Amino acid sequence: MISVPDKVLRFGMKPLVFLICLGPLATLVWKAMHDLGANPVDVITRSTGKWTLTFLLITLAVTPVRKLTGMPWLIRFRRMLGLFAFFYGSLHLMTYVWLDKFFDVHAMLHDIAKRKFITAGMTAWACMLPLALTSTTGWIRRMGGNRCQKLHRLIYLSAAAGVVHFIWLVKADLRRPLTYGAVLVVLLGYRFATWLAGHAKAKASSRQPAPA
Amino acid sequence: MLIKKPNDVPSSEITSKSTYMNRRRFMTGALVTGAAVATGLYIRKNDDGQVSTPGSVEASGEKLSGIVKSQYSTTEKPTSLKDITNYNNYYEFSTDKYEPAGLAKNFRTRPWTVSLDGLVKKPRRIDIDSLLKIAPLEERIYRHRCVEGWSMVIPWVGIPLSALIKQADPLPSAKFVAFETVMAPDQMPNQKRDVLQWPYVEGLRMDEAMHPLAILAVGLYDEVLPNVDGAPLRLVVPWKYGFKGIKAIVKVKFVDKMPPTTWNIMASNEYGFYSNVNPNVDHPRWSQKKERRIGDSLFAPKHDTLMFNGYGDQVASLYNGMDLRKDF
Repeated sequence: MISVPDKVLRFGMKPLVFLICLGPLATLVWKAMHDLGANPVDVITRSTGKWTLTFLLITLAVTPVRKLTGMPWLIRFRRMLGLFAFFYGSLHLMTYVWLDKFFDVHAMLHDIAKRKFITAGMTAWACMLPLALTSTTGWIRRMGGNRCQKLHRLIYLSAAAGVVHFIWLVKADLRRPLTYGAVLVVLLGYRFATWLAGHAKAKASSRQPAPA
Repeated sequence: MLIKKPNDVPSSEITSKSTYMNRRRFMTGALVTGAAVATGLYIRKNDDGQVSTPGSVEASGEKLSGIVKSQYSTTEKPTSLKDITNYNNYYEFSTDKYEPAGLAKNFRTRPWTVSLDGLVKKPRRIDIDSLLKIAPLEERIYRHRCVEGWSMVIPWVGIPLSALIKQADPLPSAKFVAFETVMAPDQMPNQKRDVLQWPYVEGLRMDEAMHPLAILAVGLYDEVLPNVDGAPLRLVVPWKYGFKGIKAIVKVKFVDKMPPTTWNIMASNEYGFYSNVNPNVDHPRWSQKKERRIGDSLFAPKHDTLMFNGYGDQVASLYNGMDLRKDF
Protein backbone atom coordinates (compact mmCIF):
# COMPACT_ATOMS: atom_id res chain seq x y z
CA MET A 1 0.00 0.00 0.00
CA ILE A 2 1.28 3.44 -0.92
CA SER A 3 0.63 5.95 1.81
CA VAL A 4 0.92 9.70 1.70
CA PRO A 5 1.25 11.94 4.74
CA ASP A 6 -1.92 13.84 5.48
CA LYS A 7 -0.19 17.20 5.26
CA VAL A 8 1.18 16.47 1.78
CA LEU A 9 -2.26 15.39 0.69
CA ARG A 10 -4.10 18.32 2.15
CA PHE A 11 -1.75 21.17 1.43
CA GLY A 12 0.18 19.85 -1.54
CA MET A 13 -1.77 17.45 -3.67
CA LYS A 14 -5.29 18.74 -3.17
CA PRO A 15 -4.59 22.33 -4.22
CA LEU A 16 -2.54 21.00 -7.11
CA VAL A 17 -5.34 18.77 -8.36
CA PHE A 18 -7.75 21.66 -7.88
CA LEU A 19 -5.63 23.85 -10.14
CA ILE A 20 -5.24 21.12 -12.74
CA CYS A 21 -9.01 20.68 -12.79
CA LEU A 22 -9.36 24.37 -13.59
CA GLY A 23 -7.08 23.86 -16.60
CA PRO A 24 -9.84 23.27 -19.17
CA LEU A 25 -11.60 26.43 -18.06
CA ALA A 26 -8.37 28.42 -18.08
CA THR A 27 -7.68 27.19 -21.62
CA LEU A 28 -11.12 28.30 -22.67
CA VAL A 29 -10.66 31.75 -21.09
CA TRP A 30 -7.28 32.09 -22.78
CA LYS A 31 -8.77 31.14 -26.13
CA ALA A 32 -11.69 33.49 -25.58
CA MET A 33 -9.26 36.36 -25.13
CA HIS A 34 -7.44 35.44 -28.33
CA ASP A 35 -9.57 33.57 -30.79
CA LEU A 36 -12.39 31.13 -30.24
CA GLY A 37 -12.88 30.60 -33.95
CA ALA A 38 -15.89 31.18 -36.14
CA ASN A 39 -18.48 29.82 -33.74
CA PRO A 40 -17.49 30.57 -30.14
CA VAL A 41 -20.71 29.18 -28.69
CA ASP A 42 -20.03 25.88 -30.40
CA VAL A 43 -16.50 25.78 -28.99
CA ILE A 44 -17.64 26.58 -25.45
CA THR A 45 -20.47 24.06 -25.65
CA ARG A 46 -18.27 21.26 -26.89
CA SER A 47 -15.40 21.97 -24.52
CA THR A 48 -17.55 22.17 -21.38
CA GLY A 49 -19.49 19.09 -22.48
CA LYS A 50 -16.36 17.08 -23.08
CA TRP A 51 -14.95 17.97 -19.67
CA THR A 52 -18.19 17.24 -17.86
CA LEU A 53 -18.16 13.72 -19.21
CA THR A 54 -14.42 13.37 -18.63
CA PHE A 55 -14.71 14.42 -14.98
CA LEU A 56 -17.68 12.12 -14.46
CA LEU A 57 -15.59 9.21 -15.70
CA ILE A 58 -12.54 10.27 -13.67
CA THR A 59 -14.75 10.44 -10.58
CA LEU A 60 -16.09 6.96 -11.31
CA ALA A 61 -12.54 5.71 -11.79
CA VAL A 62 -11.44 6.75 -8.29
CA THR A 63 -12.81 3.67 -6.51
CA PRO A 64 -11.49 1.01 -8.90
CA VAL A 65 -8.12 2.72 -9.21
CA ARG A 66 -7.73 3.14 -5.46
CA LYS A 67 -8.59 -0.51 -4.85
CA LEU A 68 -6.48 -1.91 -7.65
CA THR A 69 -3.43 0.21 -6.91
CA GLY A 70 -3.60 0.14 -3.14
CA MET A 71 -3.84 3.90 -2.78
CA PRO A 72 -6.84 4.33 -0.46
CA TRP A 73 -6.15 8.03 0.01
CA LEU A 74 -7.33 8.66 -3.55
CA ILE A 75 -10.82 8.74 -2.09
CA ARG A 76 -9.96 12.14 -0.69
CA PHE A 77 -10.10 13.57 -4.24
CA ARG A 78 -13.40 12.04 -5.22
CA ARG A 79 -15.69 14.76 -3.93
CA MET A 80 -13.65 17.49 -5.56
CA LEU A 81 -13.57 15.64 -8.89
CA GLY A 82 -17.29 15.04 -8.75
CA LEU A 83 -17.91 18.70 -8.01
CA PHE A 84 -15.79 19.62 -11.02
CA ALA A 85 -17.99 17.38 -13.16
CA PHE A 86 -20.96 19.30 -11.83
CA PHE A 87 -19.16 22.60 -12.35
CA TYR A 88 -18.38 21.92 -16.02
CA GLY A 89 -21.84 20.43 -16.47
CA SER A 90 -23.38 23.61 -15.14
CA LEU A 91 -21.25 25.76 -17.45
CA HIS A 92 -22.38 23.49 -20.30
CA LEU A 93 -26.01 23.93 -19.31
CA MET A 94 -25.61 27.69 -18.88
CA THR A 95 -24.13 27.95 -22.35
CA TYR A 96 -27.25 26.31 -23.70
CA VAL A 97 -29.69 28.30 -21.57
CA TRP A 98 -28.03 31.62 -22.15
CA LEU A 99 -26.07 31.65 -25.39
CA ASP A 100 -28.13 29.16 -27.36
CA LYS A 101 -31.65 29.77 -26.14
CA PHE A 102 -31.29 33.23 -24.57
CA PHE A 103 -33.47 32.19 -21.63
CA ASP A 104 -36.40 31.39 -23.90
CA VAL A 105 -38.23 29.02 -21.55
CA HIS A 106 -40.78 27.98 -24.14
CA ALA A 107 -38.10 27.02 -26.65
CA MET A 108 -36.21 25.09 -23.99
CA LEU A 109 -39.25 23.12 -22.83
CA HIS A 110 -39.98 22.34 -26.45
CA ASP A 111 -36.41 21.11 -26.87
CA ILE A 112 -36.50 18.96 -23.74
CA ALA A 113 -39.74 17.33 -24.81
CA LYS A 114 -38.93 16.88 -28.45
CA ARG A 115 -35.21 16.32 -28.77
CA LYS A 116 -34.09 13.19 -27.08
CA PHE A 117 -30.46 14.20 -26.87
CA ILE A 118 -31.49 17.31 -24.91
CA THR A 119 -33.69 15.16 -22.69
CA ALA A 120 -30.72 12.91 -22.00
CA GLY A 121 -28.42 15.85 -21.30
CA MET A 122 -30.91 17.43 -18.91
CA THR A 123 -31.29 14.10 -17.14
CA ALA A 124 -27.53 13.84 -16.74
CA TRP A 125 -27.32 17.29 -15.18
CA ALA A 126 -30.41 16.82 -13.01
CA CYS A 127 -28.90 13.62 -11.58
CA MET A 128 -25.76 15.51 -10.60
CA LEU A 129 -27.62 18.32 -8.87
CA PRO A 130 -28.68 16.48 -5.66
CA LEU A 131 -25.19 15.01 -5.44
CA ALA A 132 -23.59 18.43 -5.56
CA LEU A 133 -26.07 19.86 -3.07
CA THR A 134 -25.51 17.07 -0.56
CA SER A 135 -21.75 17.06 -0.97
CA THR A 136 -21.07 19.25 2.04
CA THR A 137 -19.76 17.57 5.19
CA GLY A 138 -22.83 18.79 7.04
CA TRP A 139 -25.23 17.12 4.64
CA ILE A 140 -23.25 13.91 4.59
CA ARG A 141 -23.45 13.79 8.39
CA ARG A 142 -27.15 14.61 8.40
CA MET A 143 -27.99 11.99 5.82
CA GLY A 144 -25.76 9.31 7.20
CA GLY A 145 -23.21 7.40 5.17
CA ASN A 146 -25.53 4.66 3.97
CA ARG A 147 -28.27 6.87 2.60
CA CYS A 148 -25.67 9.16 1.15
CA GLN A 149 -24.00 6.29 -0.63
CA LYS A 150 -27.32 5.15 -2.07
CA LEU A 151 -28.17 8.63 -3.31
CA HIS A 152 -24.76 9.04 -4.84
CA ARG A 153 -25.33 6.02 -7.04
CA LEU A 154 -27.18 8.54 -9.18
CA ILE A 155 -23.78 9.25 -10.68
CA TYR A 156 -24.07 5.99 -12.64
CA LEU A 157 -27.28 7.25 -14.22
CA SER A 158 -25.80 10.67 -14.81
CA ALA A 159 -22.75 9.31 -16.61
CA ALA A 160 -24.85 6.90 -18.67
CA ALA A 161 -27.24 9.70 -19.65
CA GLY A 162 -24.24 11.86 -20.52
CA VAL A 163 -22.82 9.24 -22.86
CA VAL A 164 -26.24 8.71 -24.47
CA HIS A 165 -26.57 12.49 -24.86
CA PHE A 166 -23.26 12.51 -26.75
CA ILE A 167 -24.14 9.50 -28.93
CA TRP A 168 -27.49 10.99 -29.89
CA LEU A 169 -26.17 14.38 -30.86
CA VAL A 170 -23.48 13.15 -33.22
CA LYS A 171 -24.51 13.17 -36.87
CA ALA A 172 -22.02 10.60 -38.10
CA ASP A 173 -18.83 8.95 -36.86
CA LEU A 174 -19.54 7.64 -33.37
CA ARG A 175 -15.92 6.98 -32.44
CA ARG A 176 -15.63 9.69 -29.81
CA PRO A 177 -18.89 9.12 -27.95
CA LEU A 178 -18.37 5.36 -28.09
CA THR A 179 -14.93 5.76 -26.54
CA TYR A 180 -16.54 7.44 -23.55
CA GLY A 181 -19.16 4.70 -23.57
CA ALA A 182 -16.52 1.98 -23.52
CA VAL A 183 -14.74 3.54 -20.54
CA LEU A 184 -18.04 3.82 -18.72
CA VAL A 185 -18.85 0.18 -19.41
CA VAL A 186 -15.49 -0.84 -17.95
CA LEU A 187 -15.99 1.31 -14.85
CA LEU A 188 -19.52 0.08 -14.23
CA GLY A 189 -18.47 -3.46 -15.16
CA TYR A 190 -15.88 -3.37 -12.40
CA ARG A 191 -18.56 -2.48 -9.88
CA PHE A 192 -20.86 -5.18 -11.14
CA ALA A 193 -18.06 -7.73 -10.92
CA THR A 194 -17.17 -6.80 -7.34
CA TRP A 195 -20.85 -6.86 -6.41
CA LEU A 196 -21.21 -10.32 -7.95
CA ALA A 197 -18.09 -11.53 -6.17
CA GLY A 198 -19.34 -10.14 -2.86
CA HIS A 199 -22.73 -11.73 -3.44
CA ALA A 200 -21.22 -15.13 -4.19
CA LYS A 201 -18.99 -14.90 -1.15
CA ALA A 202 -21.90 -14.00 1.12
CA LYS A 203 -23.91 -16.90 -0.28
CA ALA A 204 -21.03 -19.32 0.18
CA SER A 205 -20.40 -18.25 3.74
CA SER A 206 -24.10 -18.44 4.67
CA ARG A 207 -24.20 -22.02 3.43
CA GLN A 208 -21.33 -23.04 5.62
CA PRO A 209 -22.19 -24.26 9.09
CA ALA A 210 -21.18 -21.84 11.75
CA PRO A 211 -18.01 -22.87 13.47
CA ALA A 212 -18.73 -24.47 16.77
CA MET B 1 -8.44 7.13 32.55
CA LEU B 2 -7.74 9.33 29.65
CA ILE B 3 -9.85 12.36 29.13
CA LYS B 4 -8.92 14.41 26.16
CA LYS B 5 -8.62 18.06 26.80
CA PRO B 6 -9.28 20.36 23.89
CA ASN B 7 -5.58 21.04 23.45
CA ASP B 8 -4.97 17.30 23.05
CA VAL B 9 -6.38 17.38 19.59
CA PRO B 10 -3.41 17.13 17.27
CA SER B 11 -3.11 20.12 15.08
CA SER B 12 -3.31 17.92 11.98
CA GLU B 13 -6.89 16.98 12.82
CA ILE B 14 -8.16 20.50 13.08
CA THR B 15 -9.82 21.40 9.86
CA SER B 16 -7.81 24.29 8.62
CA LYS B 17 -9.65 27.40 7.65
CA SER B 18 -8.39 27.04 4.11
CA THR B 19 -9.95 23.59 3.75
CA TYR B 20 -13.13 24.75 5.36
CA MET B 21 -13.29 27.58 2.91
CA ASN B 22 -12.44 25.31 0.03
CA ARG B 23 -15.91 24.75 -1.34
CA ARG B 24 -16.89 28.33 -0.86
CA ARG B 25 -13.77 29.39 -2.68
CA PHE B 26 -14.56 26.90 -5.40
CA MET B 27 -17.94 28.46 -6.04
CA THR B 28 -16.56 32.01 -5.94
CA GLY B 29 -13.76 30.97 -8.24
CA ALA B 30 -16.26 29.43 -10.59
CA LEU B 31 -18.27 32.62 -10.76
CA VAL B 32 -15.21 34.77 -11.26
CA THR B 33 -13.80 32.59 -14.03
CA GLY B 34 -17.19 32.41 -15.67
CA ALA B 35 -17.32 36.18 -15.70
CA ALA B 36 -13.80 36.24 -17.12
CA VAL B 37 -14.79 34.03 -20.05
CA ALA B 38 -17.69 36.30 -20.77
CA THR B 39 -15.55 39.42 -20.59
CA GLY B 40 -12.84 37.90 -22.74
CA LEU B 41 -15.34 36.98 -25.38
CA TYR B 42 -16.93 40.37 -25.22
CA ILE B 43 -13.58 42.07 -25.70
CA ARG B 44 -12.54 39.75 -28.49
CA LYS B 45 -15.77 40.25 -30.37
CA ASN B 46 -15.58 43.99 -30.08
CA ASP B 47 -11.97 44.03 -31.22
CA ASP B 48 -12.78 41.77 -34.08
CA GLY B 49 -15.48 43.97 -35.48
CA GLN B 50 -13.04 46.82 -35.86
CA VAL B 51 -9.85 45.08 -36.85
CA SER B 52 -10.63 42.37 -39.32
CA THR B 53 -12.13 43.25 -42.62
CA PRO B 54 -13.47 40.60 -44.91
CA GLY B 55 -10.84 39.21 -47.19
CA SER B 56 -7.91 40.46 -45.16
CA VAL B 57 -6.88 37.06 -43.96
CA GLU B 58 -4.88 34.45 -45.83
CA ALA B 59 -6.02 35.58 -49.24
CA SER B 60 -3.62 33.23 -50.98
CA GLY B 61 -5.84 32.24 -53.86
CA GLU B 62 -5.40 33.31 -57.42
CA LYS B 63 -7.50 36.29 -58.47
CA LEU B 64 -10.34 35.59 -60.87
CA SER B 65 -10.96 38.15 -63.57
CA GLY B 66 -13.96 39.31 -65.52
CA ILE B 67 -16.42 38.77 -62.68
CA VAL B 68 -19.79 40.40 -63.22
CA LYS B 69 -22.15 41.44 -60.43
CA SER B 70 -25.53 39.77 -60.12
CA GLN B 71 -29.02 40.97 -59.34
CA TYR B 72 -29.41 37.87 -57.18
CA SER B 73 -26.84 39.03 -54.62
CA THR B 74 -27.96 40.01 -51.16
CA THR B 75 -26.86 43.34 -49.69
CA GLU B 76 -26.14 41.75 -46.31
CA LYS B 77 -22.60 42.02 -45.00
CA PRO B 78 -20.54 39.02 -46.08
CA THR B 79 -18.97 36.77 -43.47
CA SER B 80 -15.19 37.16 -43.22
CA LEU B 81 -13.03 35.02 -45.49
CA LYS B 82 -11.33 33.68 -42.39
CA ASP B 83 -14.57 32.35 -40.94
CA ILE B 84 -15.84 31.01 -44.26
CA THR B 85 -12.63 29.10 -44.86
CA ASN B 86 -12.08 27.85 -41.30
CA TYR B 87 -15.48 26.63 -40.28
CA ASN B 88 -17.43 24.22 -42.42
CA ASN B 89 -18.45 20.64 -42.87
CA TYR B 90 -16.36 18.62 -45.27
CA TYR B 91 -16.73 15.07 -44.02
CA GLU B 92 -14.30 13.66 -46.58
CA PHE B 93 -11.58 15.38 -44.58
CA SER B 94 -12.96 15.47 -41.06
CA THR B 95 -16.20 15.46 -39.11
CA ASP B 96 -14.82 18.44 -37.22
CA LYS B 97 -15.66 21.84 -38.66
CA TYR B 98 -12.30 23.40 -37.86
CA GLU B 99 -10.07 20.70 -39.28
CA PRO B 100 -10.83 20.59 -43.03
CA ALA B 101 -9.10 23.94 -43.58
CA GLY B 102 -5.73 22.41 -42.76
CA LEU B 103 -6.41 18.93 -44.10
CA ALA B 104 -7.60 20.16 -47.50
CA LYS B 105 -4.67 22.50 -48.04
CA ASN B 106 -2.77 20.24 -50.45
CA PHE B 107 -5.77 18.77 -52.21
CA ARG B 108 -5.04 18.56 -55.95
CA THR B 109 -7.58 20.35 -58.12
CA ARG B 110 -5.66 20.00 -61.41
CA PRO B 111 -5.97 18.09 -63.66
CA TRP B 112 -9.74 17.89 -63.18
CA THR B 113 -12.49 16.82 -65.49
CA VAL B 114 -16.22 16.71 -65.01
CA SER B 115 -18.24 14.10 -66.84
CA LEU B 116 -21.75 14.79 -68.08
CA ASP B 117 -23.73 11.70 -68.95
CA GLY B 118 -26.95 9.76 -68.55
CA LEU B 119 -30.07 10.88 -70.36
CA VAL B 120 -28.39 13.46 -72.56
CA LYS B 121 -27.88 14.05 -76.24
CA LYS B 122 -24.27 15.11 -75.76
CA PRO B 123 -22.49 13.11 -73.12
CA ARG B 124 -19.08 14.62 -72.59
CA ARG B 125 -16.16 15.27 -70.32
CA ILE B 126 -15.23 18.87 -69.68
CA ASP B 127 -11.90 20.03 -68.39
CA ILE B 128 -12.27 22.39 -65.43
CA ASP B 129 -10.47 25.20 -67.21
CA SER B 130 -12.81 25.08 -70.20
CA LEU B 131 -15.76 24.78 -67.85
CA LEU B 132 -14.79 28.13 -66.36
CA LYS B 133 -15.36 29.67 -69.78
CA ILE B 134 -18.80 28.36 -70.69
CA ALA B 135 -20.45 31.38 -69.09
CA PRO B 136 -19.28 34.69 -67.61
CA LEU B 137 -18.22 34.37 -63.98
CA GLU B 138 -20.71 36.02 -61.69
CA GLU B 139 -20.45 37.16 -58.13
CA ARG B 140 -23.36 35.77 -56.14
CA ILE B 141 -23.52 36.95 -52.55
CA TYR B 142 -25.81 34.36 -51.00
CA ARG B 143 -27.08 33.52 -47.57
CA HIS B 144 -25.87 30.06 -46.57
CA ARG B 145 -27.87 28.11 -44.00
CA CYS B 146 -26.45 24.95 -42.49
CA VAL B 147 -28.88 22.31 -41.27
CA GLU B 148 -27.08 22.52 -37.91
CA GLY B 149 -28.48 25.97 -37.23
CA TRP B 150 -25.71 28.34 -38.25
CA SER B 151 -25.52 30.63 -41.24
CA MET B 152 -23.15 32.82 -43.22
CA VAL B 153 -23.29 35.29 -46.07
CA ILE B 154 -20.92 34.10 -48.77
CA PRO B 155 -19.68 36.01 -51.83
CA TRP B 156 -19.42 33.09 -54.23
CA VAL B 157 -18.10 33.38 -57.73
CA GLY B 158 -19.59 30.94 -60.18
CA ILE B 159 -21.58 30.12 -63.24
CA PRO B 160 -25.25 29.23 -63.43
CA LEU B 161 -25.75 25.47 -63.19
CA SER B 162 -28.13 25.77 -66.14
CA ALA B 163 -25.18 26.79 -68.35
CA LEU B 164 -23.46 23.48 -67.69
CA ILE B 165 -26.66 21.51 -68.13
CA LYS B 166 -27.20 23.10 -71.54
CA GLN B 167 -23.76 21.83 -72.57
CA ALA B 168 -25.06 18.29 -72.21
CA ASP B 169 -28.41 18.93 -73.82
CA PRO B 170 -30.54 16.61 -71.66
CA LEU B 171 -33.33 14.48 -73.10
CA PRO B 172 -36.93 15.20 -72.11
CA SER B 173 -36.86 12.00 -70.06
CA ALA B 174 -34.22 13.50 -67.74
CA LYS B 175 -36.14 14.47 -64.62
CA PHE B 176 -33.32 14.71 -62.09
CA VAL B 177 -29.66 15.63 -61.99
CA ALA B 178 -27.33 13.52 -59.85
CA PHE B 179 -23.95 14.82 -58.69
CA GLU B 180 -20.95 12.93 -57.40
CA THR B 181 -17.86 14.02 -55.46
CA VAL B 182 -14.42 12.78 -56.42
CA MET B 183 -13.25 9.55 -54.80
CA ALA B 184 -9.70 10.23 -53.61
CA PRO B 185 -9.04 8.34 -50.40
CA ASP B 186 -5.32 9.04 -50.63
CA GLN B 187 -6.10 12.73 -50.25
CA MET B 188 -9.37 12.59 -48.34
CA PRO B 189 -8.61 10.62 -45.17
CA ASN B 190 -12.19 9.94 -44.13
CA GLN B 191 -12.95 8.20 -47.42
CA LYS B 192 -10.88 5.34 -46.03
CA ARG B 193 -13.42 4.89 -43.25
CA ASP B 194 -17.17 4.44 -43.46
CA VAL B 195 -18.16 7.73 -41.86
CA LEU B 196 -20.66 8.20 -44.67
CA GLN B 197 -21.26 6.18 -47.79
CA TRP B 198 -18.62 7.35 -50.27
CA PRO B 199 -18.49 8.98 -52.70
CA TYR B 200 -20.78 11.77 -51.54
CA VAL B 201 -23.78 12.06 -53.85
CA GLU B 202 -26.42 14.74 -54.20
CA GLY B 203 -29.26 15.53 -56.52
CA LEU B 204 -31.75 18.10 -57.70
CA ARG B 205 -34.97 17.93 -59.62
CA MET B 206 -34.47 19.21 -63.15
CA ASP B 207 -36.47 22.42 -62.61
CA GLU B 208 -34.51 23.13 -59.43
CA ALA B 209 -31.25 22.58 -61.26
CA MET B 210 -32.30 24.91 -64.08
CA HIS B 211 -33.33 27.65 -61.65
CA PRO B 212 -31.19 30.79 -62.07
CA LEU B 213 -30.29 30.84 -58.37
CA ALA B 214 -28.56 27.45 -58.59
CA ILE B 215 -24.89 27.90 -59.38
CA LEU B 216 -21.65 26.01 -59.62
CA ALA B 217 -19.17 27.92 -57.52
CA VAL B 218 -15.55 28.16 -58.60
CA GLY B 219 -14.50 31.14 -56.52
CA LEU B 220 -14.92 33.05 -53.31
CA TYR B 221 -14.17 36.70 -52.59
CA ASP B 222 -13.04 37.19 -56.23
CA GLU B 223 -10.45 34.44 -55.90
CA VAL B 224 -10.18 30.81 -56.92
CA LEU B 225 -12.29 28.67 -54.61
CA PRO B 226 -10.26 27.50 -51.59
CA ASN B 227 -9.93 23.72 -51.33
CA VAL B 228 -11.76 23.66 -48.03
CA ASP B 229 -14.89 25.03 -49.66
CA GLY B 230 -15.08 22.38 -52.33
CA ALA B 231 -12.58 23.34 -55.02
CA PRO B 232 -12.42 23.22 -57.88
CA LEU B 233 -16.17 23.04 -58.36
CA ARG B 234 -19.09 22.85 -55.97
CA LEU B 235 -22.83 23.23 -56.09
CA VAL B 236 -24.55 26.17 -54.37
CA VAL B 237 -28.32 26.07 -53.93
CA PRO B 238 -29.00 28.93 -51.54
CA TRP B 239 -32.60 28.06 -50.66
CA LYS B 240 -31.58 24.60 -49.44
CA TYR B 241 -29.55 23.48 -46.44
CA GLY B 242 -25.81 23.63 -46.97
CA PHE B 243 -25.23 19.88 -47.27
CA LYS B 244 -27.02 19.92 -50.64
CA GLY B 245 -24.05 21.93 -51.93
CA ILE B 246 -21.92 18.98 -52.97
CA LYS B 247 -18.20 19.69 -53.23
CA ALA B 248 -15.36 18.68 -55.57
CA ILE B 249 -17.76 17.48 -58.26
CA VAL B 250 -16.52 15.05 -60.91
CA LYS B 251 -19.78 13.61 -62.21
CA VAL B 252 -23.08 15.04 -63.32
CA LYS B 253 -25.59 12.46 -64.43
CA PHE B 254 -29.06 12.99 -65.83
CA VAL B 255 -31.62 10.45 -64.68
CA ASP B 256 -35.35 9.80 -64.74
CA LYS B 257 -35.78 8.79 -61.09
CA MET B 258 -35.01 10.62 -57.86
CA PRO B 259 -31.34 9.82 -57.22
CA PRO B 260 -30.00 8.75 -53.83
CA THR B 261 -28.43 11.48 -51.71
CA THR B 262 -25.77 10.87 -49.07
CA TRP B 263 -27.36 12.29 -45.93
CA ASN B 264 -30.71 10.81 -46.86
CA ILE B 265 -29.06 7.39 -47.07
CA MET B 266 -27.49 8.05 -43.67
CA ALA B 267 -30.70 9.10 -41.90
CA SER B 268 -33.80 9.42 -44.05
CA ASN B 269 -35.94 10.68 -41.16
CA GLU B 270 -33.57 13.61 -40.66
CA TYR B 271 -32.55 14.64 -44.17
CA GLY B 272 -34.99 14.66 -47.05
CA PHE B 273 -34.20 14.79 -50.74
CA TYR B 274 -35.44 18.37 -51.04
CA SER B 275 -34.01 19.76 -47.80
CA ASN B 276 -35.34 23.22 -48.47
CA VAL B 277 -34.64 25.64 -45.64
CA ASN B 278 -37.88 25.62 -43.69
CA PRO B 279 -38.32 27.10 -40.20
CA ASN B 280 -41.59 25.19 -39.80
CA VAL B 281 -40.13 21.73 -40.16
CA ASP B 282 -37.80 20.89 -37.31
CA HIS B 283 -34.85 18.63 -37.70
CA PRO B 284 -35.21 15.92 -35.04
CA ARG B 285 -32.16 17.28 -33.29
CA TRP B 286 -32.34 20.99 -33.94
CA SER B 287 -35.09 23.52 -34.09
CA GLN B 288 -34.89 25.20 -37.47
CA LYS B 289 -36.69 28.35 -36.35
CA LYS B 290 -33.55 30.35 -35.71
CA GLU B 291 -29.96 30.46 -36.82
CA ARG B 292 -26.70 31.76 -35.48
CA ARG B 293 -25.01 34.08 -37.94
CA ILE B 294 -21.30 33.32 -37.91
CA GLY B 295 -19.35 36.45 -37.05
CA ASP B 296 -22.05 37.90 -34.82
CA SER B 297 -21.15 38.82 -31.27
CA LEU B 298 -21.46 35.97 -28.80
CA PHE B 299 -24.34 37.68 -27.06
CA ALA B 300 -26.15 38.79 -30.21
CA PRO B 301 -29.57 37.21 -30.56
CA LYS B 302 -30.00 34.58 -33.22
CA HIS B 303 -31.65 35.46 -36.51
CA ASP B 304 -35.05 34.13 -37.49
CA THR B 305 -34.69 31.54 -40.21
CA LEU B 306 -36.68 32.46 -43.30
CA MET B 307 -38.71 30.12 -45.48
CA PHE B 308 -36.52 29.00 -48.40
CA ASN B 309 -33.73 30.91 -46.65
CA GLY B 310 -35.34 34.14 -47.80
CA TYR B 311 -35.47 33.11 -51.47
CA GLY B 312 -39.19 32.29 -51.41
CA ASP B 313 -40.13 34.94 -53.98
CA GLN B 314 -37.89 33.25 -56.52
CA VAL B 315 -38.31 29.56 -55.73
CA ALA B 316 -41.59 28.94 -53.88
CA SER B 317 -43.39 28.29 -57.15
CA LEU B 318 -41.19 25.25 -57.77
CA TYR B 319 -43.02 23.51 -54.94
CA ASN B 320 -46.62 24.49 -55.66
CA GLY B 321 -49.01 21.81 -54.51
CA MET B 322 -46.37 19.92 -52.54
CA ASP B 323 -46.66 19.18 -48.84
CA LEU B 324 -43.29 20.44 -47.63
CA ARG B 325 -43.77 18.74 -44.27
CA LYS B 326 -43.84 15.42 -46.04
CA ASP B 327 -41.36 16.28 -48.75
CA PHE B 328 -38.88 17.97 -46.43
